[in-house]
This record gives sequence, structure tokens and C-alpha cells, in this order.
Amino acid sequence: MTFNILSILPILVLAGFGMLVLVVDVMSARKLGEKNLLAYLSLAGIVIAAIVSRNSTATTLFSFNETFTIDNYALFFNILFLLSTGLVILISHSYIKREDINHGEYYALLMFSTIGMMLMASGADLLNIFIGLEVMSISIYILTGFKRSKLISNEASLKYFLLGAFATGFLLYGISLVYGTTGTIDLRQIASFVAGKGGVKDPLLLMGMGLIIVGLGFKVASVPFHAWVPDVYEGAPTAVTAFMSVGPKAAAFAAFMRIFLTAFGSSHYEWQKAIWILAVLTMTVGNVVAISQTNIKRMLAYSSIAHAGYLLVALVAANNMGVSGTLFYLLAYIFMNIGAFAIVIVLSQKGDVGMNIDDYAGLGFKHPMLAIAMTLFMFSMAGIPPMAGFVGKFYIFSAAIKSGYVGLAIIGVINSVISVYYYLRITVIMYMKEPVRDFHPLTISPLIVVAIAIAVVGTLHLGIFPSKVMEIAQRSILTLR
Amino acid sequence: MITITHYLVLSAILFMLGVVGVLIRRNAIVIFMCIELMLNAVNISFVAFAYHLHSMQGQMFVFFTMTVAAAEAAVGLAIIVAVFRNKETVNIDDMNIMKW
Repeated sequence: MTFNILSILPILVLAGFGMLVLVVDVMSARKLGEKNLLAYLSLAGIVIAAIVSRNSTATTLFSFNETFTIDNYALFFNILFLLSTGLVILISHSYIKREDINHGEYYALLMFSTIGMMLMASGADLLNIFIGLEVMSISIYILTGFKRSKLISNEASLKYFLLGAFATGFLLYGISLVYGTTGTIDLRQIASFVAGKGGVKDPLLLMGMGLIIVGLGFKVASVPFHAWVPDVYEGAPTAVTAFMSVGPKAAAFAAFMRIFLTAFGSSHYEWQKAIWILAVLTMTVGNVVAISQTNIKRMLAYSSIAHAGYLLVALVAANNMGVSGTLFYLLAYIFMNIGAFAIVIVLSQKGDVGMNIDDYAGLGFKHPMLAIAMTLFMFSMAGIPPMAGFVGKFYIFSAAIKSGYVGLAIIGVINSVISVYYYLRITVIMYMKEPVRDFHPLTISPLIVVAIAIAVVGTLHLGIFPSKVMEIAQRSILTLR
Repeated sequence: MITITHYLVLSAILFMLGVVGVLIRRNAIVIFMCIELMLNAVNISFVAFAYHLHSMQGQMFVFFTMTVAAAEAAVGLAIIVAVFRNKETVNIDDMNIMKW
């Protein structure tokens, strides 16, 4: 069957709920006041979409004239995106109220952005992946500038928009060259063309491949294309920063792996060298520059660059272990990163005051539970067992060794050691320094507590019992090539 | 005789003009126009390839690119207006609140 509307049911559900939120917001603007209803409505949309995607067919299915595919890989990523968006809605609910940006469009844009991510993960041709990327990015450009009256948010939004659109131009040119040389935009047909020629020899096709790496490398925040990351992460509302540090990165990696393993899988020798350089630069620059940061959002921005570097290592390895390790790592990254941002939100005050790392001094004595949770997330990101981050890094680096990239694995481990310094510095400041500010009575909403609890449980569970999720990840990647 | 090479060279030249414009101009709106130039340069190459390969996919892609460019223009101009309201300038050299 070439046309099956049910195959995009999760996307339709999210789109429907997104528009419903917009309508409800307008219809009951004065009555609602608090707008709690909108948050619950969007959470309901996320849950229903997750149930619907879970119930989709277990076999690979192509629809819309073979441009859209539902396989286990797409399902895994759908659940991953929905999980991250759900957690972000939980942590933003009190935040957007505090910052006076409590507009219904916020939730709608989060959901529309998630639709773009799902399109990227299930696109079977370059057009679908491109459209998904744009739907995702355009929503996030708006979310970044959501604090309309704050100059810092405007500036971040402008920077992200200009650089993002610039990178889109490169991606598009790359797609055009690939289309011109292979005669198709369908990933599987490109794959058979490349396999038929015995690898990529045509310089135009090589250039197209390079330009696609540039375009997607921008979205995953890999190093020569990372200049926007710290500024945008710092300027955006904190909840949006949490959102864009996980979802879009996961979506860009989903597209990255689908394009390069499905379409160019038979000629990995050509692109692996380029990605090798990107991975080393990304890990090193991210970790080294993170050391000197004093603002926690900027530090987490550089840390997110470094994590993109680890994931690129898995892409270089390009074996089953590396790819399923990427899926695992992205899931672990959602828990630990959104958890860390949730605590940053709890501890900051109106107008995003209290974002300096020194503001965390003495937290361990004043709010021991929050400090323990933060320590857990930092340990997990640094890759200390028994947290999820350790298992993820273990899979990725052993995949690199298995594929013969021992040097790359060593560079990765060294970088991981460097990262311990700045992650542990936060723990040290929390527990071993006298408080410099008196923590105001924190107003902690129940929803954000739920989010932190889910993140803690997820981080520990993936770290202690990784085998179940790893099995699912391994089953998910079978359809990739 | 105009061959596909001519179209591709034209497209490459326009694309490079757009890239250079983004890199050297300082007005946000002019930079944005240069980005649009890049996207439309790509459209030329898509149409040329589609004609050369006798395939419709390239022409279809152009429609989607134009749609995306329109959506980007709407959002981008809104962002530039928001910046101008707070700062009264759209010169990107003045966008320097955040520095590492």
C-alpha cells in the first residue's frame, strides 16, 4: 500500500493537539488566567501520540509513495522525541509563568517542533528530511526569541535564525548535487546507485555529501559549525534551552544516520575521514572551552557540544554497536540533560538571575535533595558508573575500538577525563563552599518535581539495567541498511 | 547552445554571491536577503537537474524550497522587527551582549 494515512497518526495527533491548544488559548484567554489547562492538554497530546506510535505496526512500512517510512528505528526516535518534549513541558510550566511568557503558543510550538523531528526520523527521501528539519528549526527560532521584551532573547533568536538559515542553504545545495548526480532523492535508490558505482567517485557527489555534512553538522552543533551554540543557549529561555539541547540534536543524528548509513552506507570510507576530524574537534573544543565558563547555561552549552562529539565517534565507527549505542546515549542524554536544566530552572529567579556557577555554593546544606539530584546528573554526564552516561560512553568507545578506530577511542576517553573537571567542579562548589547567597524560599511546582524524579529514575535505571533498552536499540537499527 | 553546465555555473555563482554577502554585510536584513539568494540559487540547480534528468522530483523540491523560504521570511522578519523594537538597530556588529 503506498498511501496509508494511519502511518502518520502520531504526527496527526500532535498537530491536532497543537492547534487545539492555540484555539483553547484564544477562546478562554481571560477565564483561564493560570493556563494550567494548556499544559495538561499538551501533555495529554504527547501521551496519546506516544501510545499511538507504540501501537503502530512492528514491521517496516512505507507510505506516501515510499517517501515516508515507519520502522522500528523511527518508532524508537518517536518515543524519544515525545519523552523529551513531555519532560520539557513539565519543567516549563512554572518557568514560563515566572518569566511572564505564559502564552499558549509556547506549547503549540513545542509540539510543532516535535512533529518536525518525527518527520526527520522517518523520512525515506531527502525531501521529507529537509521539510522535517525546517519545521523543527523554524519553531525553535520562535521559541528562542520567546521573551520578546528581553534584548538577550531577541539577540539569541536573531543569531540562531541567521546562522540556521545559512546552514540550510548549504544543506539544500548538498541535496541538489546529490540529486543531480544520482538522479533521485530517495535514500534507497541513492544507495543502490552508490553501490552500483562501487562507492562515491564523482566529485560532484562527494561535494554534495560534504555539504550535507555541513548542514547537519550545524544542527548537531559539531565544532567548526558551533559558533551559535553558547550564545543561543544562554539567551534563550532556560526551558527552551533544555528543549533544544536534546530534541533537535537527537533528530539531527537520526537524519544523519539514516542518510549516511542507508544512502551512503556502501561508501563509508569517503565520509568517515571527514566525520573523524569533526568528532575529534567537537569533543576537544567543547570540553576544553567548557572549563573556563562561569555561567551554568554556557557551561552546559559547551558540554552539549562535547556530547555531540561523542555521538559522532559512534557515527565514525558505523557498526551495529555504535549505532545502537548512539540511540542509547541519546536516551540517556535526555534524562541527564533535562534533569540538570530542571534544577537550573528551580534555582534561578525571575529574569534568569542566579545562573552563575558560584551561585550554587552551599546548595548541599540548604537543599540536600536538589544537590543530590544535580550531583547525579553531573556524574552521569561525566561518565561515572553506575549512571546512564557511563554505559552510553562505554558502548560508543567500544564500538570505535571494534571498528579499528583505537586512536579515536583514546582521544574520546581523554576528553571524557577532561570533562570530569568541570562537572565535578559544580559538585565541589555545592558541597564544599559556604553559601554566598541566601537561597530564597524556592517555589517548586509539583510538575517540575515529577520531571526531576523521572530524570533521576531514568538516569539510574539506564545505568544499572541497560540491557533491556540496549536490546530495543539493537532491534531498532536493523532496518537502517 | 545553453547546456546544463551553464545553469550549474550560474547557480554556483549566485550561491557564492549569497555566501560572500552573508559573510561581509553587516545589516541583518541584507544578510537575510543574501540567504534567500542562496536558496534560490539552489532552486536553479534543482530545475536544471530535473530538466536534464527528465525527472519530476527536482521540480517538486523547488516548490517545497519556496514554501520553506516563505515561512523562514515570515519568522525571520518578525525576529528582526523584535530586535529593532528593543535596540533600534539591525546592525549585527551591535549584537554583542553575549561574549565568551
